[in-house]
Amino acid sequence: MARRATRMLRHYGPPVGAILAVILVWYAVTAWLGVPGWLLPSPQAVVASAIEYGDILPRHTLITLAETLLGLAVSLLVGVPLAIVIVWSAFLRRTVYPLVLGLQSVPKVALAPLFLIWVGYGMPSKVLIVASIAFFPIVVDTVTGLALVERDLLDMVRVLRASTLQTFLKIRIPSAMPHFFSGAKVAVTLAVIGAVVGEFVGSDVGLGYLMLVSGSQLNTAMVFVCLVILSLMGAILFEIVEALQRIACPWSLGE
Amino acid sequence: MNAVFDLQDVALAYEDAKGETLLALKGIDVTVRDNEFLVLLGPSGCGKSTLLKVMVGLLRPSAGRVLHRGAEVRDTIQDVGMVYQNPLLLPWRSVLDNVLLPVEILKWDRKKYEPIARNILDTVGLSGFTGKMPRQLSGGMQQRVGICRALITDPSLLLMDEPFAALDALTRDEMARELARLWEQRRKTVVFVTHSIPEALLLADRILVMSPRPGRIARVIDVDLPRPRADGRKLGAAFEEYVDLIRDIIFSFKES
Repeated sequence: MARRATRMLRHYGPPVGAILAVILVWYAVTAWLGVPGWLLPSPQAVVASAIEYGDILPRHTLITLAETLLGLAVSLLVGVPLAIVIVWSAFLRRTVYPLVLGLQSVPKVALAPLFLIWVGYGMPSKVLIVASIAFFPIVVDTVTGLALVERDLLDMVRVLRASTLQTFLKIRIPSAMPHFFSGAKVAVTLAVIGAVVGEFVGSDVGLGYLMLVSGSQLNTAMVFVCLVILSLMGAILFEIVEALQRIACPWSLGE
Repeated sequence: MNAVFDLQDVALAYEDAKGETLLALKGIDVTVRDNEFLVLLGPSGCGKSTLLKVMVGLLRPSAGRVLHRGAEVRDTIQDVGMVYQNPLLLPWRSVLDNVLLPVEILKWDRKKYEPIARNILDTVGLSGFTGKMPRQLSGGMQQRVGICRALITDPSLLLMDEPFAALDALTRDEMARELARLWEQRRKTVVFVTHSIPEALLLADRILVMSPRPGRIARVIDVDLPRPRADGRKLGAAFEEYVDLIRDIIFSFKES
């Protein structure tokens, strides 16, 4: 029992300690340096603000979360099959893949107004922005994983006359899993950013919208509340992906 | 009875990154006989592994003919087990499932081969490890699993490309002895690549000593040492004479 407690402390102690230290410094700066609240609100003001607006926060949070998750789903549904066909076919690798890489250099934020024109002011435009941002790490990392199989192993199954389908099912796809998850971890954090960017460009709901409105009213504490929720959202989604990775490919986490 | 392999004046050229043509193999004449243990021995970069790939049909020779049981090799040949320096186990599969991979790819009856796989694993002392994952095994054990995987289809031919080169010296020695014992029990045709002279002598019926760049057969040595050889100490002075002979051949490359 005591040993378990020590292990928990060793595992969670450092990150929790680091967060507490940041809050402490934050508190010290606001309390002792006399920084005005509209410039940097104190931690307790942020908490108070969260409680005060407790009635409207869930709705905005859920909208942003929904945009993030739907956008991620779209990028997975398009990105993973695309990665597979890119590795499967030499022709697509030399035609589609350069296009994908080329599109990545287009700043997604700049695409946001375009999406707004195409699919409107509502949720679909945000989902598209999220998907366009999250798509790239998923495709690139999955392609890398699928292609990165040892030559000798491929030779061995070739001598066994394995079909391309068998090579994918039994070797390439499982061995790409760790890479896929690395891409997915990057994608989830980018997805949250994408949702906020989408809301900045044009929206009347969501945490990004709430931040914009609060900022314009110099309600800095509320901006901070939104920031905290957004970073929590990103961190929790990241942890969920890591938990899925632990289930799907425990060998990749060195356990 | 046709020979397992008959290579006639085989050469292999390839282009390097600068587009220059290099010869990896030149003028290779080799006959691999049924049920013999043939060792390809030579310094690094002499084309031993390349020669193995040419035999199995993974690489096309630029000149000469490669016959497998009398027929020209066009596609990869069948009825062959391959073992590499890296055991190449799939980390998401248990030891047993790794051994059964070829059975699955060939779409054979997995149920029928499961007891066979257990049996083979038992002969290399891994009966207690069938359910373990590769990362839970030592390097030597992993390579044993790799050998079992090559044996599961009961091929008449085994191609081994420096299978023990990545192991520590003690394990390597032990594995070579174990392979000698295994081969003496059931003789298959084996072509074995190595750069270790004692390993070659422990295992081989014949040793082809290869010279570097372009790889050629410098000398064919019939190893006339009594079997079983798993206990190398009993081989005595004859063993040492062979070591000296081969060493002299290999050193002569450096001088020329």
